[in-house]
Amino acid sequence: MPNPDQGGAAALPAAPTRREIHEARLRRRSGAIAAGSTLFVIAAIVVLVPMAPGWEAVRRSFFNAEVFRKTFPGLLEAFLVDVAIFLWCAPAIALLGLVIALCRDVRAPALFPLRLFGALYTDVFRGLPVVLVVYLIGFGIPGLGLPRPWNSPYIWGSLALILVYAAYVAEVIRSGIDSIHASQRSAAASLGLSEADTMRYVVLPQAIRNVAPANMNLFIALQKDVALLSFIGPVEIFRQAGVYKSLLANFTPYVGAALIFLAITIPATRYADYLLHRQRRRQS
Amino acid sequence: MAKLVLQDVRKRFGQNLVLDGIELTVSEGEMVCLIGASGSGKSTLLRCINLLEPIDDGTIHLDGVDISEPGYDPQAVRTRIGIVFQSFNLFPHMTAAQNVMLAPRRVLGRRPDEMAGPVEALFDRFGLKNRMGHYPDQLSGGQQQRVAIIRALAMSPEIMLFDEITSALDPELVGEVLDVLRQLRAEGMTMVLATHEMGFARELADTVCFLDGGRILERAPPAVLFSQPRAERTRAFLSRVL
Repeated sequence: MPNPDQGGAAALPAAPTRREIHEARLRRRSGAIAAGSTLFVIAAIVVLVPMAPGWEAVRRSFFNAEVFRKTFPGLLEAFLVDVAIFLWCAPAIALLGLVIALCRDVRAPALFPLRLFGALYTDVFRGLPVVLVVYLIGFGIPGLGLPRPWNSPYIWGSLALILVYAAYVAEVIRSGIDSIHASQRSAAASLGLSEADTMRYVVLPQAIRNVAPANMNLFIALQKDVALLSFIGPVEIFRQAGVYKSLLANFTPYVGAALIFLAITIPATRYADYLLHRQRRRQS
Repeated sequence: MAKLVLQDVRKRFGQNLVLDGIELTVSEGEMVCLIGASGSGKSTLLRCINLLEPIDDGTIHLDGVDISEPGYDPQAVRTRIGIVFQSFNLFPHMTAAQNVMLAPRRVLGRRPDEMAGPVEALFDRFGLKNRMGHYPDQLSGGQQQRVAIIRALAMSPEIMLFDEITSALDPELVGEVLDVLRQLRAEGMTMVLATHEMGFARELADTVCFLDGGRILERAPPAVLFSQPRAERTRAFLSRVL
């Protein structure tokens, strides 16, 4: 096997070394084993699952092609609501998360209440199930009898998501701030930069870049949790699938909804992993 | 005229007395080299001079003003005393030129357009004009350290402190950084260096101070200190490193 990497040894004949032959043989062997075991598992599933006593019923109610064809366009349309909610929540979360993270980092004694607020905030909202916050805010605040449009579940449901996710984003950003070595702050201080300028120009840009993959994972989770708003009213994809289910007495719309979510979240997760991988490589 | 006067400076990290009564005077245009084993207090002394570390006792006067007074604004001092670190500490997310221009812009309020010329001249002076747009990880160690020196010089400091700035460099890159120091020396910059480069100290320093256990044990012109050290510990140290 010719090896183009061996620049200095180009004069040598391209005959593989003993180690290369050995490693190639190992690679072929493990490739064959992996392929064999994968085929075996797939075959087992294909053969065994239809043998289950309820399989016919499950196939009819979950994998009905005709129901899928009929409901998929409607589900896709309903998913636009999820995307819209995501799109207005995400910037608000990023901003609020940043503010909370900065609150937790202030050193001035006069601003101690801000620190305390930041700590309490993250403790409370990370300590509650998202769905509970959605219920409390989504039902509680409209219950005050506010006039339209201020009784909209879209507003208060979104606020619930913003409040919860901002707490997580704040913690991620804070870990990013902590990850910047003290020597960077020293260097900035030695040039006469103020604490605020040091944070804004030296620490934060590096911190935010370091935690970008972690934050991306949070935003992927947010896209999924938008479905929780269905509990308080908005007809987004999960709710729409429920409507179809009742209408057609068939669960296939849920499978359709799942596929639509995956079409967004799998590429996004892969991209986040790629970013993380690239970052690790750069730091090593 | 004494530019910088340290009297009985003491600094403690926990139970560890790192500086134990430092007495040091640096005149305008003088180059002082601090030598001594690792842990003798050289780095801490430099960090105390530009107030990166507060001292516990004693005084530091800059142009006759006591800058070690608790509550004295450290920012004003740091714009007058530059420091270069062993590990460069460039900002990795900024180009070389951005590293250099950040502090003048934010601290001195310079506009980018009025800085462009002088900053380019600084890079040119130290042979890095074609590296201004490079990020730190695209530069060699020696180039990074020269950018760090330019970054400190861009604030037009009156005194420059150098904390073992060649210790993290590959041997073949040390020369280019020492050349920069020679250049600054020729221009009459007041400098205090912590260094392990004995040959360099001997060649250029006006005064060499030997630190041991947080004290300046011996202080003399290099010709004297290197050839006729008085203290037994100085002799022992020099015999190990020369």
